[in-house]
Amino acid sequence: MDGEDELLTEALEDPGGSQEPLPISALAQYTYCPRRAALILLEGEWEDNEYTLRGARAHEEVDLPEGLLREGVRVERALPLWSERLGLVGRADVVEFLEGVPYPVEHKVGRRWPRELAQRAAEVQLCAQALCLEEMFGLSVPVGAIFSRAERRRREVAFTPGLRAATLATLEALRALLGQERLPPPAADARCKHCSLLAVCMPHLPEALKGLEDGL
Amino acid sequence: MVSELLNTLYVQTQGVYLRLEGDTLRIQHEEITLRNVPLHHLGGLVVFGNVLISPFLLQRCAQDGIEVAWFTESGRFFGRLAPPVSGNVLLRQAQYRALDTPSTRLYLAGRFVEGKLRNSRLVLQRAVRERGETEALVRALAEHEAALRALPQARSLDEVRGVEGNAASAYFAAFGDLLLTEDFSFNGRNKRPPRDPVNALLGFVYALLLTQCTAALEGVGLDPQGGFLHALRPGRNALALDLMEEFRAWWADRLALTLLNRKQLTRKHFEERPGGAVFLNEEGRKVVITAFQNRRQETVQHPLFKEPVPVGLLPHIQARLLARYLRGDLPQYPPFLAR
Repeated sequence: MDGEDELLTEALEDPGGSQEPLPISALAQYTYCPRRAALILLEGEWEDNEYTLRGARAHEEVDLPEGLLREGVRVERALPLWSERLGLVGRADVVEFLEGVPYPVEHKVGRRWPRELAQRAAEVQLCAQALCLEEMFGLSVPVGAIFSRAERRRREVAFTPGLRAATLATLEALRALLGQERLPPPAADARCKHCSLLAVCMPHLPEALKGLEDGL
Repeated sequence: MVSELLNTLYVQTQGVYLRLEGDTLRIQHEEITLRNVPLHHLGGLVVFGNVLISPFLLQRCAQDGIEVAWFTESGRFFGRLAPPVSGNVLLRQAQYRALDTPSTRLYLAGRFVEGKLRNSRLVLQRAVRERGETEALVRALAEHEAALRALPQARSLDEVRGVEGNAASAYFAAFGDLLLTEDFSFNGRNKRPPRDPVNALLGFVYALLLTQCTAALEGVGLDPQGGFLHALRPGRNALALDLMEEFRAWWADRLALTLLNRKQLTRKHFEERPGGAVFLNEEGRKVVITAFQNRRQETVQHPLFKEPVPVGLLPHIQARLLARYLRGDLPQYPPFLAR
């Protein structure tokens, strides 16, 4: 990783802005666990595990910036997204254009998260992509899809008023979180088992310390 | 102090081998000796990319307190030899203390902005001299004069940032007038992602410059995240962004303008994505990196030391001056002022 590639990565994140847009993916992290989002955004923590590495590899596969035609549908991979209005930036794994209307497709690797939560996080993330696409193209984007690589299945998601409201509420909560000094308390539940930040988060430590105190 | 800095040996030739030969550093390439450098002249050793250093030479450097720093070929810092006795902890303590001292923080933020304002003004003045006045250029120059008068009155970081922001918007409102080609136009700064070729180019050159500033700070042992003007955020090299302000217009913007005005970069070097994001393509990036590296080799007369200095060393000199100021060795921090 030397030379241009490494420099390109940085150039894509043009430094020095005063108002900082939030990464779209942070909405999914927040939905999954606010503490996880805070560890990544406030503490600068990131640990890879089997699942994140698999995810990164899967994204690399779709992360080829080129447009191509597939069965009459134009496909754009790794498309840069942004919204000035919402202060969001990111990249869509895949955006299909059906008669000019963008249709975002988010690729998900596996079943590492509790199912319902994973689904909600992916939907919020996808909806944020749709909001960006609407601003960029000046078109309404009614539907998109989540593609599960494990199941080789695509599930269509409609951007209903309810989902849009939930996405905006998540964004607001995320901004509030970034404005605060302290980390939210750990979840210490089923979410933690496969979380790559388990070792950094130490979700069961408060309980253990309390046990220590009680024992005295 | 500059002599000490200029006693640093910068090795950028790929595939060379540095070894110890008595009290001399010998630079070899495939058994052929290219150069011998007496160690007692040497304050530091900086190597870029594929440069091999023998263990005996490394040990000797550690023993003699010769700083060794490794960079990638393109100039990104990735490591430094830490000799047993090092002033780094004291320097970083001084840096953090300065960050916690509002008056010092305000002073340094002001100096970085002053450097930016003066060097931006120079670029604008040169444009007026070379191609005459335009409304936007005149306005931008007036804004810079006003900003330079307002800066010493600023009583808070927010005021300093406000002064800088006003001048910057006038500067970018005039920036399109510095383009002498019909092929490109500029209607204001945007980023993340850039939405026209000029912004794509500026973003890329700023990123190259940022790696140089980060490397320079790490090279003297400062924490590149501990910035005075820019807000602190994990992972963000706020001090490198501070230092970069002095060089943005004079180095990065002028390089970008030269590439566009001389038509070394054309439309074919850019790629537009649906929705409007624009990036340099691989060929375009090559053109920019080559021009950037060439600029690093060019020498300018240093305004303080009255010696010719390679442009690429300027951030290193500023980092050293900042370290000296923070350690109380210098009464003030002089920003780099081009001429």
